[in-house]
Amino acid sequence: MSLLAQAWQWLIDAQQYSGDGSIPIRLLEHLCFTFAALGLATLIAIPLGYFIGHTGRGALWVVGITGAARALPSFGLMLLLVLVLGVSARLWAAILALVILAIPPLIAGAYAGIQQIPRATIDAARAQGMTEWQILFHVEVPLSMPLVFGGLRGATLQVVATVTLVAYVGLGGLGYEIIQGIPLRRFDQTIGTAIVIVALALVLDALLAFATKLSVPKGVSAGRLADVRAKDAG
Amino acid sequence: MTLHKRTKLFTGLAVATGLVLTGCAAEEPSSETIVVGSQAYYSNEIIAEIYSQALEGAGYTVERAYQIGQRDAYLPELESGAVDLFPEYTGNLLQYYSPDADARQADDVYAALQDALPEGLSALAMSPATDQDSYNVTAEFAAANGLESIADLSGIDGLILGGSPELEERPYGPMGLLETYGVTVAFDATGDVTVEALREGLINVANVYSGDPRIADFALVTLADPRGLFLASNVVPIAASDIADELAVIIDPISKALTPAGLVALNLLSTKDQISPADIAAQWLSDNGF
Repeated sequence: MSLLAQAWQWLIDAQQYSGDGSIPIRLLEHLCFTFAALGLATLIAIPLGYFIGHTGRGALWVVGITGAARALPSFGLMLLLVLVLGVSARLWAAILALVILAIPPLIAGAYAGIQQIPRATIDAARAQGMTEWQILFHVEVPLSMPLVFGGLRGATLQVVATVTLVAYVGLGGLGYEIIQGIPLRRFDQTIGTAIVIVALALVLDALLAFATKLSVPKGVSAGRLADVRAKDAG
Repeated sequence: MTLHKRTKLFTGLAVATGLVLTGCAAEEPSSETIVVGSQAYYSNEIIAEIYSQALEGAGYTVERAYQIGQRDAYLPELESGAVDLFPEYTGNLLQYYSPDADARQADDVYAALQDALPEGLSALAMSPATDQDSYNVTAEFAAANGLESIADLSGIDGLILGGSPELEERPYGPMGLLETYGVTVAFDATGDVTVEALREGLINVANVYSGDPRIADFALVTLADPRGLFLASNVVPIAASDIADELAVIIDPISKALTPAGLVALNLLSTKDQISPADIAAQWLSDNGF
């Protein structure tokens, strides 16, 4: 039997769906880490990205730093933080490492989301007498949504994949089954779990792709239609 | 850029790429060359380097194929003859080839390993040095509970055992502790931070390799294993059978000279003093009169 077929057998075995270390529980742990890290990272990165995009201040160093941060080795960062903060705080150390990894794509999305808005649109809003806050919330934020979701998609993929590593410091998640399976030569377990992680990443990405589509403001789609009509008439 | 120049450029690039590619591929060693391999484990690489330098001292040409990874990666290389000599560990290797082996004591494990090895591979004389799983507690915990052996753990409530995730399923893990010693433990997969977790009190018992310098560094107490829960795992060189006798002349005295404490000292030079395997090996060889 091929390895993939064995992995499939392992996946559909009812034994994997009950008890302490079952797939649903590992999946739940995995999702908890993913959402906790993404939530915290969003709270930090989106306002920061908007601030930079709106004011244009600090754009250069933030783009530089976030670019460099993408090169951080995730496992090294996590282990370092666990050792620095102490093993008793390993839960927070691991989440902090994931947050640090999720921030760069989120900032880039929020910042680029505002950057790409045509200057004329924002000037027009200002000429209408809108305050800076009104411009931010009624013009810039809605128009930035597709790119913000794009950033969130990137961050989600990175975090879902990296949560696999928290098992190295004893925090469970789906990675546990992989890290346990390799030395025991249980390749059905290893590959089966890898398939679950890939499926999870694809599902989350598809959901966010859908949300990205929904996030395009009505006015923008309406504007596009108007353009088409103008072209036909001409 | 003219067409001619472009052709030249591409030819140059193609030749360069070809050179790089051949450089990446492992070269076929000549018959006189001994290929010494090692695991992707710093301690194993130091032992491999000691073998290499000793062979070079005896006039052989040595090719080093270090950091090949774990058994699934390098044993096929050994079996195919691409690697001639490899430092191994009796118990762990025996468990790889025959997972159900019931030998536990050093000599029994060595004998069983000789039977279990596939054709074409031979075990040279084993070394007294061991690098095997062991259960460790902090000195305070040992003193407070009067612990000397694993058996003394029975009767202590709320024990938490820490180790890598696979320990949960190993025969010497929580289940083995209960069966062999009647000790009940909860399991925490502390993974790469097991020693730190033990020192911070998150776990009471930690699975640490006996060759790990941190046992001495942090004054951990290794619990004795009178009933043979763990397989003894001595350092043993595995060689291609056709040159095993020839290599044994040089390697056997080294295995004999490498003691358990000596191995820990070698590891310490690497982890604490950050000395390269080559320098550690050279120093050890000259210190031991080779």
